[in-house]
Amino acid sequence: MTMTPSDRAERELKNLEAVAGNGLLHRRAFLRGGAALAGAMTGYTLVPSASGQQLADDAWSLVPGVTVPDYGTRSRFEKNVVRTLSNPKGEPRTQHARTPHHLLNGTFTPNGLHFVISHAGDPDIDPDKHRLVIHGLVKQSLVFTLDALARYPMVSRMAFVECGGNSAPLFSLEPIQASVQALHGLVSCAEWTGVLLSTLLDEAGIDPKAKWIVVEGGDPPHVSRSVPLAKAMDDAMIALYQNGERIMPGNGYPMRLLLPGWEGNMNTKWVRRIQLTEGPGMTFYEARTYAPVLPGGKAYRFYFIQEVKSFITHPSPGLALKGPGFYEISGIAYSGTGRIAKVMVSADGGKSWAQAALQQPVLNKAFTRFRVPWRWDGGPAVLQSRAWDEAGYEQPTRAQLVAARGETTRVPAVTGFPSQHYNAVTSWSIERGGEVKHVYA
Amino acid sequence: MYTRSLLGFAVTLTLALSARVAFAQTPNLGKPISPADIAAWDINVLPDGSGLPPGSGTPADGARIYAAKCSACHGPEGKGGVNGRLVGGDPIKIIDAEKTIANFWPFATTLFDYIRRAMPWPKPRSLTNEEVYALTAYILSLNKLIGENDAMNAQTLPKVRMPNQDGFIVRFPDRTP
Repeated sequence: MTMTPSDRAERELKNLEAVAGNGLLHRRAFLRGGAALAGAMTGYTLVPSASGQQLADDAWSLVPGVTVPDYGTRSRFEKNVVRTLSNPKGEPRTQHARTPHHLLNGTFTPNGLHFVISHAGDPDIDPDKHRLVIHGLVKQSLVFTLDALARYPMVSRMAFVECGGNSAPLFSLEPIQASVQALHGLVSCAEWTGVLLSTLLDEAGIDPKAKWIVVEGGDPPHVSRSVPLAKAMDDAMIALYQNGERIMPGNGYPMRLLLPGWEGNMNTKWVRRIQLTEGPGMTFYEARTYAPVLPGGKAYRFYFIQEVKSFITHPSPGLALKGPGFYEISGIAYSGTGRIAKVMVSADGGKSWAQAALQQPVLNKAFTRFRVPWRWDGGPAVLQSRAWDEAGYEQPTRAQLVAARGETTRVPAVTGFPSQHYNAVTSWSIERGGEVKHVYA
Repeated sequence: MYTRSLLGFAVTLTLALSARVAFAQTPNLGKPISPADIAAWDINVLPDGSGLPPGSGTPADGARIYAAKCSACHGPEGKGGVNGRLVGGDPIKIIDAEKTIANFWPFATTLFDYIRRAMPWPKPRSLTNEEVYALTAYILSLNKLIGENDAMNAQTLPKVRMPNQDGFIVRFPDRTP
């Protein structure tokens, strides 16, 4: 009997040893197995001629297509790939738009899908009239126009921005059934281009007494946050571009403060004023909102850093598995304290772990895509990912995080923020029919 | 080759060392601006009271302004509205407790700063400094954090002691000056 490519792939697969329980394969299984195996794992080529259909030219191949637009938009077949809105009618409260991580892949977030939190809508700023003022403990107060800033030396960097309240539903004492978008959609990653803030602060001349900057936006609530001067002088940027084009209105057009790796709310959008001070402002958002309460009643102050975190996007709730076979488990890892060093994935609820492949380049304080091949046998499985960063921090298990930070006393709304700064492991249970559920394991 | 790579290294080193100098060679396009010209934007108030403007307001003044401009969202007398209640709040024992001015906010100055920059929601920056002092006084008085006749101004507001002032732990002391 002659061996078909499918037969060879089948043999390769059988020869592969799982590196962890419940069917997790070596992260380089694709490379080792070669093209036949890759085909088998990604395209179900083991089923011969499953379509039973002869190919023919489709209608769109037989007539000229639509005129190329001056600003491209995605295919009309992708209309379901949208952010979810917490306040679609713009009622007098905060609006949240969450990124659909389960419908995206790779490491950066398209501009139209970058998460947004606006406390009173997105201001409609005329860039020619916008001003950035630096004052307070400086030798000379300065005002910058956008035109002026555009003439400065610029830098580009990939950086994630994450709301301090992202993943807050996982503080719930019971797992809330919701998509990865609802649970983790308040983080996104983009390439930001702009002027280093240190350049502008140096130009104003920093008074040695200054230890903080108090930064304010030109939005209606004039959102204001205090940032240690050391961070401002380290890697802070006045960002003007997002993924190559001017910043989106919801993300701070025409300029925002970027504090790589630090709490989203501190990355002041529509930034218009920076005051250098000796002490912090103790503004509403730092004195009240982003001060998570600890068990016993004390609260953390100045939880600046978005700590190391990962979650699996594929599969995830809403992306049911279509029968036993081969799948790629993939997800996102990131850390506010450096590059991702390692991601481990479990398919048996944390009993055994396989090291995931990290997609290159692995960048500092940016999304890293991890992938691991998996053979689902159709039985129960619990998928988890856990990340480590180059600074040596490890993502906590949920039990570790709850021990330190507590959990709620009742199930909150999925859009609620019972606490802040959740970075522990997320667990997806694969049910017998392939449905994916959120569980604690 | 050796000389060449050594030279390359020297050039690199020089560039690295002169990075700060390079900043000084930026366009220098920031225009000097006077405090008078910044004044309309200069609204930060710090816990020590710096930034507080002249003016004063009493709880009674604040009650009238509140009824006209705040109660639609925050409810009559600071509770029962669609948005955050401004009065009361049990001591915090659980992580999902409701954080209120009385049980959580560490500084009274934050109240003035936030009202002035962000409220009323549909028309921020429409209140006079006197009105902001009066509303601050009214809300503090409703919470029994000041007397019902106590006026709030640049001298009195920073001295108001908030019940939860000492309820905080700095998360990253090494990064917090």
